[in-house]
Amino acid sequence: MLRITCPYCGPRDELEFRCGGEAHIVRPGPPETVSDEDWGAYLFQRQNPVGAHHERWVHEGGCRQWFHLVRDTRTHEVIAVYKMDEPKPEVPE
Amino acid sequence: MSGRRLDQGGQVDRSQPLSFTFEGRAYTGFVGDTLASALLANGVSVVGRSFKLHRPRGLFAAGSDEPNALVQLETGARTEPNLKATEIELYEGLSARAVNCWPSARFDLGAVNGLADRFFPAGFYYKTFMWPDWHLYEWAIRRAAGLGKAPKDADPDRYDMRFAHCDVLVVGGGPAGLAAARAAASGGARVMLVEQDAALGGRLNWDAAAIDGTDGLAWTDKVLEELDAAEEAQVLTRTTAIGYFDHNLIGLVERVSDHVEQADSDKPRQRFWQVRAGQVILATGVEERPIVFPGNDRPGVMMASAVRRYLNQYGVAAGQSAVIFANNDEAYLTADTLHAAGVEVAAIVDTRVSVSPDVLAAMSTRAVPIYSEVQITATRGRKALSSVLVSGAQVDEWIDCDLLAVSGGFNPRLQLFRQSGGKPDYDEAKAMFVPDLSVQAETSVGGAAGELGLGEALTVAHEAGVAAVAESGYRAADLVAPVADSRAPQLTPFWRVDEGKGKAFVDFQNDVTVEDIALSARENFVSVEHLKRYTTLGMAPDQGKTSGVTGLAILGELTGRSVAETGATADRFPFVPTALGTLAGQARGELFRPIKRMAAHEVHEELGAVFEEYGGWARPAYYPEPGESGWDAEQREALCVRQAAGLFDGSPLGKIEVVGPDAGTFLDRIYANRLSNLKPGRLRYGLMLNELGVVIDDGVAACLGENHFMVGTTGAGADTIAAWLEEWHQTEWPELDIVIAPMTQQWGVLTLSGPRARDILDAVGVEADISAEAFPHMRFIETNVAGVPARIFRVSFTGELSYEVNVPARRMPDMWRAFMTAGQPFGLSSVGLDAWMVLRTEKGYLHVGADTDGATVPDDIGWARVMKKQSDFIGRRSLTQPENLRTDRYQLVGLETVGSNAMLPVGAHLFMGGADGGSEGYVTSSGFSPTLQHGVALAMVKGGRARMGQVFEVRMDKALHRARIVDPCFYDPSGDRLND
Repeated sequence: MLRITCPYCGPRDELEFRCGGEAHIVRPGPPETVSDEDWGAYLFQRQNPVGAHHERWVHEGGCRQWFHLVRDTRTHEVIAVYKMDEPKPEVPE
Repeated sequence: MSGRRLDQGGQVDRSQPLSFTFEGRAYTGFVGDTLASALLANGVSVVGRSFKLHRPRGLFAAGSDEPNALVQLETGARTEPNLKATEIELYEGLSARAVNCWPSARFDLGAVNGLADRFFPAGFYYKTFMWPDWHLYEWAIRRAAGLGKAPKDADPDRYDMRFAHCDVLVVGGGPAGLAAARAAASGGARVMLVEQDAALGGRLNWDAAAIDGTDGLAWTDKVLEELDAAEEAQVLTRTTAIGYFDHNLIGLVERVSDHVEQADSDKPRQRFWQVRAGQVILATGVEERPIVFPGNDRPGVMMASAVRRYLNQYGVAAGQSAVIFANNDEAYLTADTLHAAGVEVAAIVDTRVSVSPDVLAAMSTRAVPIYSEVQITATRGRKALSSVLVSGAQVDEWIDCDLLAVSGGFNPRLQLFRQSGGKPDYDEAKAMFVPDLSVQAETSVGGAAGELGLGEALTVAHEAGVAAVAESGYRAADLVAPVADSRAPQLTPFWRVDEGKGKAFVDFQNDVTVEDIALSARENFVSVEHLKRYTTLGMAPDQGKTSGVTGLAILGELTGRSVAETGATADRFPFVPTALGTLAGQARGELFRPIKRMAAHEVHEELGAVFEEYGGWARPAYYPEPGESGWDAEQREALCVRQAAGLFDGSPLGKIEVVGPDAGTFLDRIYANRLSNLKPGRLRYGLMLNELGVVIDDGVAACLGENHFMVGTTGAGADTIAAWLEEWHQTEWPELDIVIAPMTQQWGVLTLSGPRARDILDAVGVEADISAEAFPHMRFIETNVAGVPARIFRVSFTGELSYEVNVPARRMPDMWRAFMTAGQPFGLSSVGLDAWMVLRTEKGYLHVGADTDGATVPDDIGWARVMKKQSDFIGRRSLTQPENLRTDRYQLVGLETVGSNAMLPVGAHLFMGGADGGSEGYVTSSGFSPTLQHGVALAMVKGGRARMGQVFEVRMDKALHRARIVDPCFYDPSGDRLND
């Protein structure tokens, strides 16, 4: 079970959070300008990296705020946590 | 083997006898015994049968590594299978049986398997039961397989769960763990020390050693006093660390009451701890490993450390005459220990060429014959050992004995280290896997780190304790590390005897022999993980504690690889088998998933409601009158709504307020239809999609005022839709100036529906004008009802004139009673969900999740018009993907039976031209209309809307019905009653 530092509440157990999957996916639009392929990629294509993965999480059992974190998919180390409006941090691959 | 209790020695209390039964026979032990030590003291030599061949087996070890003595403890609801007798503390009245044998361990009919053993090599099942189909054989094999029996009744015991945080967690209360905990606790940090046994001290309980110039156990007591005095230190005994998870989370099982005859009612049986530790110190010690030789599974063959432990901790001699077979110096310690207790030592059989003179000089048993560079190549004895064959260049001699103490070296207990993600390395000099790369904030000390010299182990452990608290910002007191003799036993690797005849077992519990490993290698299962699965090596309840490393080393020898090259299999949670009740804790029965109760629950109870769970809520299904069945009640209630009026508790319906200048814009993006142009006081039905274009919820949205909306959701969607709105606002459109406030549980909802609804509401007392002209369908007013502030939504799910009267939740019980009293003259009845579903099916109203599934898009339910909307919304782009434009998609239609008035079952498939043609669709909702006196059903049918009037076959049990596709609305299609 991970220990995640909510940027608003501090360190808490994973039990209080829900993962919303990969972060920084740009929603394409307006709809009439998006090809079937591009829309399909938006819906289904994910990075699934070995190493640093940028994710969205929500502190559902706490402040109910969404935020970003970077997790190493090999070790589950949480490399960085940042708010939705903060820039994507530079992390080693 | 003929074990016996010694007159003195050990930690058992000979003044406190305990009676117990094993396999139905009565025995006596003492306080301080384990079931294993008590059985041994009573001379019980056969304690179990092996899993596959049912060979008789005796005690082999003294701790959690015991592979043979698996028992079924107690009977009835408290019975627990496959416990190790070595881990069960004796209590008065204990009763146990050996598992996997019938009628008893001494005489087991299953032993016929042993006669046919050459037909049961590794992979036997995989090869034999392939043709024609495994399922032909499975039932018979499943019956024969398995060890103990699971209880048939619910567990009557209580289990507890605790969460804890600490700066340093020390796992293992042996000398190294004590030294580490003492240092760590001295500076005031929060320190937890956990020990799986009842007593601290670990090996000091059976191998005497001096620490700081005093007896090891006296030193242990002194450290315990220091830890008790430290305010932030906590010591848990009878507590096993079973799992090491991410970010230094450790799972502990504390056996609170297992060791007492009758638990205090205020204490749980076991407690599961989840401890988040800043630093973890693993002081889990070593496991002794055997040497594999022919005939090594005869009762009387025992690990050397276990022999010493039974003797010194429990005062039990495991035999009368012992031979010691080893590749290391501890053979001489074992000989010394036995000799001191008056047990004859017939020989020391050392595989090594020479032994250090120091070791020999220290021996008090110099009269014992010592054989060097020899092996044991055979054993004799039917159900107990009688002699062993010692073979070497100069000897070939049978030596009589009833006890053979074996030691092949030591394996650090790396299970937790490896669960933490740590990588071990094979230390050639020590011939053991030791911790190498750490991934988490942990460090291993003492035997767990491969350090076998006590003095060195204490020094390193002390320093580790100081360093661990420093990580948490504490400074340990200026203590001197404990001092002890630092000599470590010398060892020359020796894994197995390659001569002689007879089965040489590696994994006792699963009957895996050297020959099985060789077969596996010949068939190219040379990866350790493949070997494990092919032979089941290490997969029994002891999880390979005595067999794992040895099995891998033998595979290495057979395939010409070093131990390091062969590698080791993964260690997984849990370290010891764990009761499911312990992991569940209090989350069982009603508390497994608590069901929410509505504010007026007690009033519904008074009215005789029968409750069922819907979407996490206990809701009235119907309110039977005396003598009525559920069906009768449902039909009466539904008819009452059509003829007079019904009162339905709609409180769980989701109510989410969206407020702010951008509320309209936000809702236009959330809903597939437009909401921003809704005027204050008006309502509109809306559909919500996900990005795949799939309908996820529907409901009525209200404009409560300027920039102030209320999103209505289904009861099941109340929480998920509130979270969904937050997610989109926070992650995709944070620039929109809105606030989202879920109000579902703040408001109770009295849904009044039927032709007399207006009369009844007037009778209850409503301040506002609710005439049809002043308050038409799909409008909202805020007023007082019976003096209580209320929001009234005129919206209908039944097709009748309806008011959803929202009042503060706490007023619900009073208001329900007030409505029922005022409505009595008009024939008002409480109405449950069953009738409600009949009414909405009559009207063809959609129930998301019942009529729709994870593929339903708006056009499938007749909502193609959402595509006319100008602006983007969630899921819009998906609606023009080719899959969603097909004309043969499942579409929602009505179904009426032809030639009968039968009610079709939900889920029944529709066929045309027999079942061979395949399903054309299926029934999604169904009820019997008391008004129309025939079944009404909704169905999803391929291309259904273009097939109006077509007749299908519907299979219903064995009967065959015919049903015609019709418009989904069966009742009042013009909507006159609704708008009344």
